[in-house]
Amino acid sequence: MNQKTPLFELHKQTGAKIVAFGGWEMPLHYGSQVEEHHAVRRDAGMFDVSHMARVELRGNGVRQFLRRLVANNVDKLTVSGKALYTCMLNAHGGVIDDLIIYFVRDDWFRIVVNAATRDKDLAWIEDQAKQVQGVDIVPRPDLAMIAVQGPNGRDKTCVALGDAVKEASVNLKPFFAVETNDYFIARTGYTGEDGFEIILPNDQAPNVWRALQQAGVAPCGLGARDTLRLEAGMNLYGTDMDENTTPLESGLAWTVAWEPKDRDFVGRKVLEKQREQGVTRKLIGLVLVDKGVLRSHQRVTCAGGQQGEITSGTFSPTLGCAIAMARVSVEVQTGDSCQVEIRGKQLNAKVVKYPFVRHGKSCLPAL
Amino acid sequence: MSEIPEELRYTKTHEWLRIMEDGHFEVGITEHAQDMMGDMVFVELPEVGSTVSTGEDCAVVESVKAASDIYAPVGGEIVEVNSELADAPETINQDPYHRGWMFRLRPIDQSAADNLLDPAAYEQVIASES
Repeated sequence: MNQKTPLFELHKQTGAKIVAFGGWEMPLHYGSQVEEHHAVRRDAGMFDVSHMARVELRGNGVRQFLRRLVANNVDKLTVSGKALYTCMLNAHGGVIDDLIIYFVRDDWFRIVVNAATRDKDLAWIEDQAKQVQGVDIVPRPDLAMIAVQGPNGRDKTCVALGDAVKEASVNLKPFFAVETNDYFIARTGYTGEDGFEIILPNDQAPNVWRALQQAGVAPCGLGARDTLRLEAGMNLYGTDMDENTTPLESGLAWTVAWEPKDRDFVGRKVLEKQREQGVTRKLIGLVLVDKGVLRSHQRVTCAGGQQGEITSGTFSPTLGCAIAMARVSVEVQTGDSCQVEIRGKQLNAKVVKYPFVRHGKSCLPAL
Repeated sequence: MSEIPEELRYTKTHEWLRIMEDGHFEVGITEHAQDMMGDMVFVELPEVGSTVSTGEDCAVVESVKAASDIYAPVGGEIVEVNSELADAPETINQDPYHRGWMFRLRPIDQSAADNLLDPAAYEQVIASES
């Protein structure tokens, strides 16, 4: 039996097409996935992301615990409200999950992990915490989460939620969060646009959703969320990286904090060895030159004859062509031509740097 | 409930077929099919002059979500394809039974259309899926 978020009934009333995702009944779209995508790029859209798991880590041992638990360094978090994106690795350097850590205060951190990996993440974190004093792990199923994204997302949120929220959030910098009344408002997201992610009590979620809708924020489903994040060049756990790939093979080297050298995070030894010897595969961006749609698992043949595979692919509504992330041999370079096999045909594609789209604009060179 | 025009014939795989005045058959996908697939972004059509047999996969539509094969409801020679779909695949979403037609064929056997589903039978196909 799949779980339902506090907004499920509202989604159904709004005409959402519901799909199962990570153990939850979630809206795929409310009529047109492409229109929802454009709403976020051009104006403001909102996503129910209550399926993602919010967990609080409390206690005076938490910071030390997180230094070891994740590959990025929580010592970058010194100001209350600051957020950090990181991978949590196993002993082989494989990615157990990617998550965001919000720093509330020194004995209180809040993390948000993926829905489909929630149980395994919690089991891992609890297991890692066994030897450690002063760490309480508190899941918060009583909280919902709404992401409001798009160039007008923050303004419309302030209209919907009133002056207190406006005052608290007006000077909020990207990747920071602030707590005001019952709302935890973070200037983070998964679309490549400005916006907020709002964590709030379950029972308030429907009223806030309605208020946002009245302020002109378009309800958007998981379909648009996926095309938006792929255009923005953001990895999706389980397709672009998993326990069999390291951050260095997944375009996430920037999330690994090597300094200080004596911070012994889980997976560090393997990553160091890999960095020393060089990775053999990496994630690249692809743009399809021919007509068609790139999809995950399609085979890529690069100029030098090396084979690779698309990890995420889609038709990009903003660019009007197909884009993808692919895992290929490390020799492949930006600007290389390659072929993608689609239904037995070899179609021409080009290796590009991602993101493909940022703040509503194409990042692609002329092809 | 999605629209199922009375004058058309249907397949279990959600194609529709229209018998044209010149005896050719026009083929597209149903309102229900486009609704299930979502926004169309790419269409691959058969070559004019090629021959298809009944049930053969002869075209592909891709939505943002997935690719789906289109099967020839009856056998015949492809005489025309809707080339406007190349630049405007969303026409299939907007007007699946008219401007969203996909190809026209000269049937090998004119009576082959009789083997297809009538609107009532197709409605049951949809009902049994939900």
